Amino acid sequence: MKNAKILAALLGGICLFAGVANAADTANTSRNSRLDDQTQLPKAPAKPVSQQYFQPPADTDIPNNAFGELVRRGQDLFMNTKALAPEYVGNEMNCVNCHIDRGRKANSAPLWAAYPMYPAYRKKNNKVNTYVERMQGCFQFSMNGKPPAADSEILTALTTYAYWLSTGAPTGKALPGRGFDEPPPPKGGYDIARGKAVYEKQCQLCHGENGEGKKVGVTSVFPALWGKDSYNWGAGMHRINTAAGFIQHNMPLGRGETLSDQEAWDVAAYINSHERPQDPRLVNGSIDETRKRYHADDGVNLYGVVVNGKKLGQGLQ
Amino acid sequence: MRKLITPLLSGLLLLPALLPLSAQAVDGSDIMQKGGANPAAMPCITCHGTDGKGMAAAGFPRLAGLPEAYIAKQLADFKAGRRENAVMQPIAQSLTPEEVAAVAKAYAELPKVNIKPGPVERPQPGSGAWIALRGAWERNIPECTLCHGPAGVGVGDTFPPLAGQSTLYIENQLKAWRGTKAVAATRKTKAVAAVPPSRRNDPNGLMAHIAVDLSEAEIKAVADYFAGLGESKETFDESQHRLR
Ligand code: HEC
Ligand code: HEC
Ligand code: HEC
Ligand code: HEC
Repeated sequence: MKNAKILAALLGGICLFAGVANAADTANTSRNSRLDDQTQLPKAPAKPVSQQYFQPPADTDIPNNAFGELVRRGQDLFMNTKALAPEYVGNEMNCVNCHIDRGRKANSAPLWAAYPMYPAYRKKNNKVNTYVERMQGCFQFSMNGKPPAADSEILTALTTYAYWLSTGAPTGKALPGRGFDEPPPPKGGYDIARGKAVYEKQCQLCHGENGEGKKVGVTSVFPALWGKDSYNWGAGMHRINTAAGFIQHNMPLGRGETLSDQEAWDVAAYINSHERPQDPRLVNGSIDETRKRYHADDGVNLYGVVVNGKKLGQGLQ
Repeated sequence: MRKLITPLLSGLLLLPALLPLSAQAVDGSDIMQKGGANPAAMPCITCHGTDGKGMAAAGFPRLAGLPEAYIAKQLADFKAGRRENAVMQPIAQSLTPEEVAAVAKAYAELPKVNIKPGPVERPQPGSGAWIALRGAWERNIPECTLCHGPAGVGVGDTFPPLAGQSTLYIENQLKAWRGTKAVAATRKTKAVAAVPPSRRNDPNGLMAHIAVDLSEAEIKAVADYFAGLGESKETFDESQHRLR
């Protein structure tokens, strides 16, 4: 029984891997198609001014037993994903790079607002996503890697950490602070050139002239915003609206809530107008087909769009 | 007034003596040992130590292994008054641009602080280690290591190492970014005027709000944490990850 499960997981893993490798020439049918669903989260309810965001438990509340050990292991993996799970991470990212303060910060897609909302039904494709599948999606797209098996030690530890952070949160009730609370699109639209100016003034110091980020030795300190070390074209952050929300609440680091809606959209568009690793769901090797199937109604994004005379979505080798 | 004239005059008197010198290449390690051409630019080693590792008890910082661009920026900031300090400002003002470039390069070439990466640390909430490794996000204070690098070893030219610096020096800098608030008079005490921050040179205000929003106790604790990292004799294998 147990062996059969492992075998199935292994096979699933192999299929997925093959899927990524062959994606360029064949639309792969054996992959877990539920992972393809990267549709954005529904808008979270607004927080009344008088109310605090949900407060996850403190580290001192982690019990000193086997459960506590797994919570800590999950937190370690969340912060040091590249170092501790290198076989599943294809770029230089760690989960904490986009889920600030170890997945605790409101408006940075905190785990305490996420965990109690799964399994989630998606009307759009009539499918149900489990919490584990949601994380597998982040491995495949945000980490440009290969998802660990659903019953792997890694996903079990990450799930346990999220479960613990959600202690006392209501199940199935969307909490204020979930997701990235996107600013509304600016009236006159966004402007990539203006975004470049914001980038050079406020972001380049840390994220580098070419969005490459900065490392100390082999360890990434400031994560890459585009290029081979960054998230791929299938990741949620490639949507300008989603990135605008993340940026407005959390960047420049420690000085969130200082950019206007316009600046956040402009700089998000600038970042997401650069090449990054290919969308692993690439349909028949065609950017246009992939745009049609996966990007056309996925928020505001530039995949398959011609910018400065070049069609985006070429991917990187 | 007199304060202004003296350095001006001595500068003028020195000018002829300087001219032949500045034609030659300036040597950075000479400046460390003997000072600049202007005698007001005292030998750096008297305060920053013969090995460039500073003097902890006096609050003289380590310069050895700091990034070249960072050292040059600080000297420019002292000169311009964006960073005020009664001891260091006159020294910086007495260095020529060539001397600044040479001494910055020479200090950057001395060994960097060497911290061995350990296993994942588990700081206790409320400790200095907690501020250093976890921050205080409810006040928008990121963990110090997120900008100053894992174990505070520094990142690039902009984010100086905190490891290798002393408690007193780190505390002094955080206080310099804070200044002090005015204290109103009471029946028994006189009013104390506010002191504006004496260090105003952080790019895009990245550092100032952090210093302002930490408590005095937290400043002491986090300074102790970085000072307490010490220095490892075993050299660090650069192919290893440093964990958060
Ligand atoms: C490049 C940035 C990035 C990285 C790195 C990243 N994520 Fe995400 N994550 C996102 C975005 C964007 C969303 C979707 C938010 C939306 O659609 O509004 C998301 C959503 C999630 C959700 C669902 C949130 C909810 O409220 O339903 C979970 C859980 C999650 N991520 C876990 C992880 C884990 C675990 C990792 C590391 C393996 C990770 N993420 C790495 C950007 C990232
Ligand atoms: C002081 C350095 C600093 C500055 C300035 C800064 N960032 Fe960041 N940024 C970071 C760090 C560090 C992280 C990862 C946070 C973590 O891991 O806890 C990050 C994460 C991000 C991410 C998510 C991770 C990724 O790689 O996609 C985006 C997007 C981002 N920053 C955009 C910006 C933008 C846009 C600006 C300018 C408005 C900016 N940042 C300014 C340090 C900085
Ligand atoms: C009389 C003692 C003294 C001498 C001599 C001296 N310094 Fe300093 N230096 C200090 C003190 C004190 C500070 C800390 C100032 C503060 O607290 O802001 C300092 C700070 C610095 C800094 C800032 C370091 C940092 O981490 O930001 C630099 C750079 C520097 N000195 C360079 C020099 C150079 C170069 C020389 C030789 C030309 C020199 N100093 C000579 C006392 C001295
Ligand atoms: C958002 C990025 C950021 C964070 C987070 C940060 N710093 Fe800094 N810090 C800087 C920058 C940039 C400088 C250099 C300023 C300059 O150019 O003079 C600096 C300089 C310093 C200095 C002066 C060092 C020297 O050699 O003179 C000290 C001390 C310091 N920081 C302490 C801290 C402590 C303690 C924390 C955590 C509570 C912290 N910093 C968190 C950005 C940051």
